[in-house]
Amino acid sequence: MSQQNETEQHTLIALVEDKPGVLNRVASMFRRRGFNIVSLAVGNSEQAGLSRMTFVVNGDDRTVSQVAKQLDKLIDVLEVADITEARIVARELAMIKVKTTSTNRGEIIQIVNLFRANIIDVGRESMVIEITGEGDKINALYDLLAPFGIIEMSRSGIVAMERGEAKGLTNGHGANSAKSNGTS
Amino acid sequence: MELTGAEIVCESLLKEGVDVVFGLPGGAVLPLYGALSTYPAIRHILVRHEQAAAMAADGFSRATGRVGVCLATSGPGATNLVTGIAAAQMDSVPMVAITGQVARPYIGTDAFQETDVTGVTLPITKHNILVMNVKDVAQAIHDAFYIASSGRPGPVLVDIPRDVLLGEKTEFIWPETDKLPGYRVPSAAPKAQVDAAAALINKSERPIIMAGHGVLISHAYGLMTEMAEKAQIPVITTLLGISSIASDHELNLGMSGMHGMAYANLAIDEADLIIGLGMRFDDRVTGRISAFAPNAKFVHVDIDASEIDKNIQTDAGVVGDLKAVLEQLLPKVDANVHIDWLRHIEELKAQHPSHIVRKSDELLPQFVLQRLTEVTQGRGIVVTGVGQHQMWAAQHCTFKEPNTFITSGGLGTMGFEVPAALGAQVGRPDTVVWSVCGDGGFQMTMCDIATAVESGADVKFAILNNTNLGMVHQLQDVFFEQDYMASEFSANPDFVKIAEAYGIRGIRVTKQEEVVDAVQQAMETAGPVIVDFMVKQDEIVFPFIPSGQSVKEMLEEPAHNETS
Ligand SMILES: Cc1ncc(C[n+]2csc(CCOP(=O)(O)OP(=O)(O)O)c2C)c(N)n1
Repeated sequence: MSQQNETEQHTLIALVEDKPGVLNRVASMFRRRGFNIVSLAVGNSEQAGLSRMTFVVNGDDRTVSQVAKQLDKLIDVLEVADITEARIVARELAMIKVKTTSTNRGEIIQIVNLFRANIIDVGRESMVIEITGEGDKINALYDLLAPFGIIEMSRSGIVAMERGEAKGLTNGHGANSAKSNGTS
Repeated sequence: MELTGAEIVCESLLKEGVDVVFGLPGGAVLPLYGALSTYPAIRHILVRHEQAAAMAADGFSRATGRVGVCLATSGPGATNLVTGIAAAQMDSVPMVAITGQVARPYIGTDAFQETDVTGVTLPITKHNILVMNVKDVAQAIHDAFYIASSGRPGPVLVDIPRDVLLGEKTEFIWPETDKLPGYRVPSAAPKAQVDAAAALINKSERPIIMAGHGVLISHAYGLMTEMAEKAQIPVITTLLGISSIASDHELNLGMSGMHGMAYANLAIDEADLIIGLGMRFDDRVTGRISAFAPNAKFVHVDIDASEIDKNIQTDAGVVGDLKAVLEQLLPKVDANVHIDWLRHIEELKAQHPSHIVRKSDELLPQFVLQRLTEVTQGRGIVVTGVGQHQMWAAQHCTFKEPNTFITSGGLGTMGFEVPAALGAQVGRPDTVVWSVCGDGGFQMTMCDIATAVESGADVKFAILNNTNLGMVHQLQDVFFEQDYMASEFSANPDFVKIAEAYGIRGIRVTKQEEVVDAVQQAMETAGPVIVDFMVKQDEIVFPFIPSGQSVKEMLEEPAHNETS
């Protein structure tokens, strides 16, 4: 088995029990083992009682495979999959509050339209812009808005799933779970 | 009939076959003690410090293979368990710790003796559960035992608020199954993994089996020995793998690693295949990982998938219960003889006889252990603390039966020797238990000699008394220019008088000639005995691979030329 030492971003998804303390267990595992989370998003899944987490983590293949196995080892985690190589759609939502004046408002609105983003709040000297997309798209919008003065930004973290009928997680103990594939 | 939470805990313990628990009461857990007094089938052993409760449960568990149970109250009681729980986690020992918690309305208010114990123990348990409803108590205890004892075992803590123990009553319904959708226990391994392992084994010319604690945990010792014999593969044990193959088995090369046998480490260096069985390539075993077994491919069998490729990049990783995997593997492994390889290892052994104790006029600690093991003939159980005496016990004591060497390996917990030995004796009352102690470690937990006396645990304590924190002293000797900062005791107590104070026999040994007699007398005396062996003070444990180095930097005993 060859080892790839290149650090790159991986997208992992996990199905976990929706119980108090689960997020703490997951976060504690990452911290304790020195794994680096780039982003983490948690929310309900299609099944009652189960939440779905999407992680973006940095690391070489071996490290990320360790992350997946250590996650899967947590009792409250039902299933983990690394979907980086799969055909996936990944989206993140960001809200960006930018300073405005009566003179530049038009220009900002043009940029927003170009990105198919939405203006969801307009104040006398500010605007809140909502954008959904992949991380690069959000970064690009941010860069264009930066010269106007950004007051604050909040990003949701990426959520991702496989395209088509495929299920990244089988909602059970699927064959593509990290645990059943010991050597990854 | 409706029962209180406390009674449900007791009923659940009975269902799990628990007949002994180690603990010490306090306010939050008192309702459980109130119930325990009406369950005479569950023996409670009262410790003097909760640390001992956890370590006794650990010793009990390792000696019997059953789940050890400890109890403590909220706050300081629970935090006193922490070291013992962490030790059990590192060494994959099944344990259930039950702690009282402040009543539910007080949780989160910094109430008297409130500690977030599930938070504190989160990274040092296999799992933990805070039970917030009396209806969940039975399921929690059921699942705790199942998690603790299955797969890769480990400690599970169940924290129960006082008002769940003693509030609303409910029907006791013992759950038929676990409620753990995210928990799976591997058994046999995928065939492809087994085939890949077998292919590497059959191709290898210089294979070595490295046997870890998993061999004992999964009862795979018989099959492992069978495989070793069939293909004539020498076996090296990790510290925790000791006693997984008889010491006098001709294929057993003993322990390798930092203080392992020189020939074992040299053999690893030359091996073309390492077969890791139920072990985890810990840094004390491998030294500098890049220089470990540089000529070898790796087969690694473990029940914990996350161990595969964690420290060592494997060539054939096999995830499964070791016993089941060996059943799959054994028929696929070709009979072999490996004559050249075994002959070469014999030569290494002759050139590097690290198992032989040198002649000396002084009372060498190694000599004491050698005599001790001669008298016991390798029967009974040896429990150790941590430090030099632990390494010498690993090197010089011999074992015939599985699970007869009990030591804190992963955490390296000083003070383990007293309570773990007591727990082991409680679990195996028919067996002689020798606790090989450092004078430093002994003093960390000697308050629980009282527990041994009170519970009739017939432990023989052999203190290898060098009036030093010996292992620290050794490191200062070698790496800190003999700056013995804080490693020498100037006011050790008289351990013979300590024995007498507890109403038991104490024997002091200062000369070589007295060793055998003292050991025999201790064994003939009913009840615990403390033997204070006043050993040579500045002895160094050899062989010695300094931390982070490789076999190339291994230091061997200089005086070996004078060996008998
Ligand atoms: C609880 C704990 N504290 C500190 C250490 C660090 N330590 C490792 S060995 C050792 C010395 C042990 O002395 P002793 O029990 O007398 O045994 P010896 O090495 O002399 O045989 C120390 C302090 C430890 N392992 N555990």
